Amino acid sequence: MVGKQKQFVVFLIDSDEYGADINKVTIIERMLNVTRVPKTPPYIKGVVNLRGDVIPMMDLRTRFGLPEKEADDDTRIIIVEVDGISYGIIVDSVLEVLQIDESDIENVSGFSNINADYVNGVAKSDTRLITLLNVEKLISEFIAT
Amino acid sequence: MDMNKYLNIFVEESREHLQALNTSLLELEKDPGNTPILNEIFRVAHTLKGMAGTMGFTHMSDLTHNMEDVLDGLRNGRIKVYPEVVDILFKCLDALESYVDNVSRTGSEGDEDNRDIINFLSAISDKSKAAQETQPGIIPQAGKEKKDDLHLELNIYDRNVLEKAFEESLNVFEIYIELDRKCLLKAARAFIIFQILEKHSDIIKSAPPVNDIEDERFDYYFTVMVISKKDAEFFITELNSVSEVRTVKVTRVTPKHLERIKVSPGSDEKHHVDRDGRMNQGIMDSSQKTAEKRITSKTVRVDIERLDVLMNLVSELIIIKTRLDGIISDRDRECAQTLENLERVTTSLHDSVMKVRMVPVESVFNRFPRMVRDISKELNKDIALHMSGEETELDRTVIDEIGEPLIHIIRNSADHGIEKSEERVKKGKSTTGNIWLRAYQDGNNVVIEVDDDGTGIDIDKVRKKVLEKGLESEETISTLSDEEIIQFLFQPNFSTSDKVTDLSGRGVGLDVVKTKIESLGGTFELISKLGQGSKTIIRLPLTLAIIQALLVMVGDEKYAIPLNTIREIYNVNPADIQFVRNQEVTLLRDTVIPIIRLHNVLDIEQSEPDSNKKQLTCVVVKKGEKLSGLIVDSLISQQEIVIKSLGKLLSGIRCIAGATILGDGNVALILDVNSIV
Repeated sequence: MVGKQKQFVVFLIDSDEYGADINKVTIIERMLNVTRVPKTPPYIKGVVNLRGDVIPMMDLRTRFGLPEKEADDDTRIIIVEVDGISYGIIVDSVLEVLQIDESDIENVSGFSNINADYVNGVAKSDTRLITLLNVEKLISEFIAT
Repeated sequence: MDMNKYLNIFVEESREHLQALNTSLLELEKDPGNTPILNEIFRVAHTLKGMAGTMGFTHMSDLTHNMEDVLDGLRNGRIKVYPEVVDILFKCLDALESYVDNVSRTGSEGDEDNRDIINFLSAISDKSKAAQETQPGIIPQAGKEKKDDLHLELNIYDRNVLEKAFEESLNVFEIYIELDRKCLLKAARAFIIFQILEKHSDIIKSAPPVNDIEDERFDYYFTVMVISKKDAEFFITELNSVSEVRTVKVTRVTPKHLERIKVSPGSDEKHHVDRDGRMNQGIMDSSQKTAEKRITSKTVRVDIERLDVLMNLVSELIIIKTRLDGIISDRDRECAQTLENLERVTTSLHDSVMKVRMVPVESVFNRFPRMVRDISKELNKDIALHMSGEETELDRTVIDEIGEPLIHIIRNSADHGIEKSEERVKKGKSTTGNIWLRAYQDGNNVVIEVDDDGTGIDIDKVRKKVLEKGLESEETISTLSDEEIIQFLFQPNFSTSDKVTDLSGRGVGLDVVKTKIESLGGTFELISKLGQGSKTIIRLPLTLAIIQALLVMVGDEKYAIPLNTIREIYNVNPADIQFVRNQEVTLLRDTVIPIIRLHNVLDIEQSEPDSNKKQLTCVVVKKGEKLSGLIVDSLISQQEIVIKSLGKLLSGIRCIAGATILGDGNVALILDVNSIV
C-alpha cells in the first residue's frame, strides 16, 4: 500500500542530501550577484535583485558551520516564500524533485550533529538518507537574528 | 442585504461628513447668524442620518435625527444659537465620531445610545416647539381635507388639459400617497412612485411641486393628478406594491369637479406665469443637477494599495530604463534618441503617479481648529489658531503619519506655550495667544511650521536640568550653545520626571515626535526664545519612493547617499584631521565638523589606509543644522534611485535605510545618514 506522498526539492551541502518541502519553494536560481549588508550575522550573505525585488540571502554552508566555498556552476539559490515574503537559500547544488512516501519519513529527536530544531525528519529512499529541513524554522531564525 | 462591502465607504464618507460638520460648526460659532452655513450643516447632518439608517446603525441615526430637530429649529429661528447649543452639537459630533470609530473597528456601532445627549437635544427642540405652538403657524395640509373634494388646486390651464382628457374619454385621477413614517429615503421612494406613474400616465400636477419632492422638501405624503387609460384599481395595486408606502387613495376626477373651480382672470394670468416660471426653474434645476453630477464623477476613490502597485510598476520601469541606459552606448544615435524619449515619458509618468498620490495637508490640518477650540475652553485660555498653506500637497503615506506628531506639537504650544490672558497682559502681549500653523513647499521638501507667541523655553532651566540629571558635566554644559541644549529636550523622558516646574511637559513626547518625523525621512527643529514663543519646523520629503542620490564607492562596495542630506563635497588632507575628545574632526571654512569614516561604520576592509592617501573625499551631510563629514573612497554619479525596502528581516540595521537596484542590475544599499551621524 502506498501512503500519502510528499514532494521535496533535494539539494546538496558537501555530500549530504537535504530536502525542502516543494510547497515552500517558488523558484530555483543560478547564483546571482550578492550585495553584502553590513552589521548582519555571517550566514546572511546579503541581498540580491530578483526581477526587481530585493531579497535577503542565507548561506546554508555558513549556517551549518561549514567552511565557505567559492560559488561555482552548480551553486544554486532556492527561493522560498514564507508569509508572503521571499528569502533565498544558497546551496551547493540542486539534485532533483523527489516523491517521498510519508511512511518513509522518520521523526528524529536529538538526531545528528546539526541542530534538530530546523530538521523535520529523515527520509529513506532506497539507500539514500535525506534530511528534511523545516523551512519556516530556518527562516524564523533568520528573522530573529 | 450584505452591508459589509459598504462599510468602508460608509466609514470614509461619514468621517468626511463629520469633518465638514466640525468645520461648519466652528464657523457658525463665530458667526451665529450665517444661514448658508446652517443650511449646509443641516444638509450634511441629514445625509449622515440617511447613511446611518441605510446601514442599520440605529443609535447613530437616532442621534442625528435629534440633532436634525435642533438644527431645524436653528434654521427656522425658533432656537437661537447660544453657546450651550453649539457645545451640545459638538458633543454630538464626538459621539458620532466614536460610533464611526466603532464601526470601522468592529463593523457595528456599539451599544452606547448617548441618551443624555439625545435628552438634551430633545429638551432644546421641545422647548422651541412649545413656543411655536402658541403662535399661529402653518396649518397642516391634512386639516383642509374634505371628503370627495379635490385637494389640488387647479388653474385654467389645468382645466383645459383636463377637459381635453375628458373629451378623449381618458381617466383622470387624483392620487394621494402617504409614505411610511420609517421611510428613510423619502425622495428615492417618491422617485420610484413617480417612475411608475409616468410609465402608465401623464402627471399633470403635483403637490408639493415635483422639485420639492425630489429635494425631499415634503412631509410623508404628497398628491398628484394624472391622466391615464388605466383604471383606479390598477394604480392602487401598482402603488401598493412599492415598499414603504402606507396609504394610497385614488379619487376619480370627473367633469363635475371642474365646474366647481372658480377661476378669476387675474389669478389665471398669474398661474400661467407661475407655471412657466416653474417649468423654467425645473429645466435650470435639472441642468444644474447634471452639472453637479459631472463634477462628482470627475473624482474617483481609489484604494491606496492599487496606487502602490502602480507606483511599484513605474519604479520597475525606471529601473529598466536606467539599465537600458547602461547597455546602449552613445555611438548608436537613433537608440540614444529613443532612449531619451523613453526617459521623458517615464519621468512624466512618474510625476503623474506621484501627483495622484498627493493629498493636500488640509486633510490633516482641518481637525486642528476644533482641537484648539477645545483646549482653549478646557484650559480657559484665549487662543487663536491661524493656518496657511493648507493646499500644500504631500505624499499620502506621509500625510497619514504626520497627523499625530502635529497634534502633539500644537497641544504643547497651547498647553505649555501660550499663557493665560492675565499673564499675557502683564507681559505686555495681546490677550489672545496666537498659534500659527503654516505649510509651504521648499524645493523638494514640504515645510510645516508651528509657531506660537507664548512663553518659549527657558534655556537656563533646561541647563540646570541637564546638570541635575547628570547628563553632562558642568563645564561642558556652559560651553554648549542654546541650540545644543534644546537637543536635550528630544531625549526620552527628559522632562517628565519633574512635573512641578512650568517647564514640565515641554519635552514630553518630543522624542517620539522627532523619531516619527525622522522615520519619514524628515527633519525636526525647535527654535525658542524665552518670553517670545517657540517655533517648530518640520521638513518632509515630497515623496518617499524615488529620490535623487549620490552613488559612492567605499572599498569595493557601492552605496547611495540621499542627495537632500548632502550639503557639499570637498577634498580633505589627512593631515588636517585632528582628534578632539576622541572624535576625529576637521575644519570646514572655520566650522569644526566631525569626521566619520564609512569603512569603520560599514565594516569594510581597506586596501590601503587613509593615511597613505594624499587626499580624502569628504561628503558633508547635514542632520538638522548639524554637519558631519563622511569619508568615502570615490564618487560615482548622481542618480535617480527607487527606494526598495530591505524587508522585515534586515530592516533593523541602523545605518542602512533601504536598498536600490542599479542600472547593472546589482543592488546598492542606501545609507541612513540620520543614524550614522
